[in-house]
Amino acid sequence: MHKKNIAELVQVLQHRDISSVELTRLVLERCTNINQKLNCFISITPEHALLQAKLADEKINQGNAGPLTGIPIAQKDIFCTDGVKTSCGSKMLDNFIAPYDATVVEKLNNAGMVMIGKTNMDEFAMGSSNETSFYGPVLNPWDMDRVPGGSSGGSAAAVAARLVPVATGTDTGGSIRQPASLCGITGLKPTYGRISRYGMIAFASSLDQGGPMTRTAEDAALIMNAIAGFDERDSTSAENPVEDYTQHLNNSIAGLKIGLPKEYFDEQLNPDIGRIIHEGVKELEKLGANVKEISLPGSKLSIPVYYVVAPAECSSNLARFDGVRFGYRCNDPEDLSDLYCRSRGEGFGREVKRRIMIGTYVLSAGYYDAYYLKAQKIRRLIRDEFRQALSKVDVIIGPTAPGPAFRINELLDDPITMYLSDIYTVSVNLAGLPAISIPAGMLGGLPVGMQVIGNYFAEPRLLNIAHRFQQVTHWHKLAPAGFD
Amino acid sequence: MLLHKSDIDKIAWLARLAIAEHDVSNYTRDLSNILDLVEQMDQVETGEIEAMAHPLEIPARLRPDEITENNQKDHFQQVAPAVKNGHYLVPKVIE
Amino acid sequence: MEWETVIGLEIHAQLATRSKIFSGAATVYGAEANVQACAVDLGLPGVLPVLNAKVVEMAIRFGLAVNAEIPSRSVFARKNYFYPDLPKGYQISQYEHPIVSKGRIDIKLEDGSTKTIGITRAHLEEDAGKSVHEGFGNFTGIDLNRAGTPLIEIVSEPDMRSAKEAVAYMKKIHSIVRYLEICDGNMQEGSFRCDANVSIRPKGQKEFGTRSELKNLNSFKFVELAINHEVERQIDILESGGKVIQETRLYDPNKNETRSMRSKEEANDYRYFPDPDLLPVEIDKETIERIRSTLPELPDAKKQRFMDEYRLSEYDSEILTANKDMAAYFEKAIQSADGEAKLCANWIMGDLSAVLNRENRDIMESPVTPEMLGGLILRIKDNTISSKIAKEIFEAMWDGEGDAGTIIEKKGLRQVTDAGAIEKLVDEVIVESPAQVEQYQNSTPEKQGKLIGYFVGQIMKKSQGKANPEQVNELLINKLKTD
Repeated sequence: MHKKNIAELVQVLQHRDISSVELTRLVLERCTNINQKLNCFISITPEHALLQAKLADEKINQGNAGPLTGIPIAQKDIFCTDGVKTSCGSKMLDNFIAPYDATVVEKLNNAGMVMIGKTNMDEFAMGSSNETSFYGPVLNPWDMDRVPGGSSGGSAAAVAARLVPVATGTDTGGSIRQPASLCGITGLKPTYGRISRYGMIAFASSLDQGGPMTRTAEDAALIMNAIAGFDERDSTSAENPVEDYTQHLNNSIAGLKIGLPKEYFDEQLNPDIGRIIHEGVKELEKLGANVKEISLPGSKLSIPVYYVVAPAECSSNLARFDGVRFGYRCNDPEDLSDLYCRSRGEGFGREVKRRIMIGTYVLSAGYYDAYYLKAQKIRRLIRDEFRQALSKVDVIIGPTAPGPAFRINELLDDPITMYLSDIYTVSVNLAGLPAISIPAGMLGGLPVGMQVIGNYFAEPRLLNIAHRFQQVTHWHKLAPAGFD
Repeated sequence: MLLHKSDIDKIAWLARLAIAEHDVSNYTRDLSNILDLVEQMDQVETGEIEAMAHPLEIPARLRPDEITENNQKDHFQQVAPAVKNGHYLVPKVIE
Repeated sequence: MEWETVIGLEIHAQLATRSKIFSGAATVYGAEANVQACAVDLGLPGVLPVLNAKVVEMAIRFGLAVNAEIPSRSVFARKNYFYPDLPKGYQISQYEHPIVSKGRIDIKLEDGSTKTIGITRAHLEEDAGKSVHEGFGNFTGIDLNRAGTPLIEIVSEPDMRSAKEAVAYMKKIHSIVRYLEICDGNMQEGSFRCDANVSIRPKGQKEFGTRSELKNLNSFKFVELAINHEVERQIDILESGGKVIQETRLYDPNKNETRSMRSKEEANDYRYFPDPDLLPVEIDKETIERIRSTLPELPDAKKQRFMDEYRLSEYDSEILTANKDMAAYFEKAIQSADGEAKLCANWIMGDLSAVLNRENRDIMESPVTPEMLGGLILRIKDNTISSKIAKEIFEAMWDGEGDAGTIIEKKGLRQVTDAGAIEKLVDEVIVESPAQVEQYQNSTPEKQGKLIGYFVGQIMKKSQGKANPEQVNELLINKLKTD
């Protein structure tokens, strides 16, 4: 049963070959067992899941089932879930039972999905390896000495290990796409504003965007149908009409104009990764796409810009964690300053503290113009370059990550190299564009993802390309040994 | 940018983060390295370019002036570390 | 040395909305602690602000009322600092792009001249919660009901040169926000409060001196006292060779002194940046014109109209129009008083204001309605009663004994105008006062004018105040003539 994707599970449930409660029990058991190895869940929520499964069965029996009713899902532990611990991977929120549902959670609940648990993640989504989690690293099911990527590492590992057909992720600088690439799954980072951020614990508000992590593009489209759309509780939610994301999956891609940025394929890229991406592009050419080289010179600066903008926003977003109204509070504070400094000093991990401090610095008097303002100006350059490029080509293709999954502890004490693993993903967040990572090959037994970047609100096109690619390739079907 | 211990002390205070004395040098090194990375931005002349604070270039959407929230004090205070008589507690503040 | 005082005010006015600036929680004052603090007000993880449309409209109303420019685009920014009553660790405010830019208003000085005070800007922001220091032992209790209440902060230019000018400016702004119905102006509840930036400089010097910021000025009286006190303090420092340091000082009304709040000032670095949860507010010309068309008549215009239409003095018009409700009361009273504007004005500014003050009541809740006051004035005008009796009737109306007509009949207070009856009283008094008559008759006409008061007083006493004073006067003058 665990091998089935959403589209297949729906059939099984609708034909009553298995009930949602039975399916949920199977999934819970498998998750509980395998989680002991992979550590991809922070919480597994059997009571919650079985309750939802029962409701799903009622709907199915009444003939009121929707396309996602009774399907198991895992939520990244960054999404608030009413009555369930929502830790954001941090000691700071280890005791936090969210008192409300995020919009994304509410929508998926309304669609009848069954939440199995909350997935592990880098603390407050700050990391590219899932090693900054208070709950310990997640292991990559393809090689358990390696990281699954991050920050949505638990979600990626859970989907790759066939624990759940879908998990939610969030992407601030690559946190959906990079772990999708390192775990061999499909990860869509939608256009900024397409998915409500309400109830998604903020890291960097102008960059954060939630999205689906699945095995196939088709499943991603089904999830998008449930979660995309305007939310009056999020001022940065886009009012653009929502399309049926499954409708164009099978469209022909003949005539598709693909741009390959020369900066994405320079000497810094592992040549084997470059070869795999070029082979992937060839598959699309066979389907009728045309390829041309483009240039995005500003993308070289995306990492510096990102490491100003994201920390600046995070330093302010994380100020609310002060030990007063929720979350960790230090023992016996001497006075107010002690309460603040120790609750935050003890509650946050090292990487979070680094970023809060960088953000505090770049916003402080005397440095604002040289850092924050400068970064926001270059951000416009980067965005304008994308706009210009996307007026000439339909999509931009490149690697998702500079290499396959790296070893646990390999980069933990080298933040700069760790930051550079997001080199191909962060510019997309700075511009607010949608992008998808799809499995495109294997390197030394490890999956490699290909990134397809589209214009604003072009998710249907990205899913269409990914789906057509998945119809002629088998990379997304490969399962790690022992999890198949 | 090479930061000094005093910079770290100041930043940590602004951000209300207790940093153990033995750890200050680590943060000094890490933050200095990050700033070096960030300063690659200086390669670009940005003079008159308008800053881009947000990827969405649409105006704010406003909500009508209506009361939509009801009292959930007890629910919200269940997750509070210290509460008395409906108030959140902090160590005595001297103004 | 002669010193000149320089004052700028930052006024915080709570906008009278039903819900908060960024959430749908209620703004009612005085609720049980934290029952009006919703997830957004508490800054729970993951919540987001959504701007209240009414707040934007109210700010534009204010801007138009003070002749200000309304920029087409304004931006919310975060002001970052830690304080227990600030749940998110930042206050959403406006920094580089406020909703209202340069404006100005006129104030009346004591010598009767007019002075224009510049308004630098007005911006929107959210209020903080409240810290309660009593009743929690070694702790402070935090009530976040007020967190997220909309405020407009009105920043003046440093154009005021005395505490009195500062008070006049603050009163004018108070009057305007109440006219616009964007703020209830309740200073006791903190709906209207102000900080003052005060500095001094040698008279004639162009550069400003070092200023201190006075906080917690929540009444007109305290503004005046605190500024005067601070000016004295700064003069003392400078004249003894010291230096004023730039700092925030808290005014203590109980001790009438200010004290340094250096702790709060320590390492202030607010790290303002545009709030990425909120997009810029865009205001088009049509919206501005639509709002302009709904503006009420404002104090200055109303004052001018009162002078033109009712022939009132500038002084009377100024007082009557300072408070919107008083102006409305006046105009209603006139309708019932057959256009007797001056009498209405005198009664409202005199007896009515006195009793309202004494009983600490608002003119809107006066038991003597404008119609009742107008009715009373009509009775004075048609000679049914004298002004003196009218005061007695007014008190009775205040005590709920009915309208003027009812009270006059019930108490038999109708004025005596019968010439025969009055003549009888005049004759009696002349007979009873031979010494005074002699003194009167031997005096100059000028002195006679004063002495006649004695006879009038005696006659009014005999008539229990009901004799028509003009008739009494006329008869007396005739009867006391010697030739």
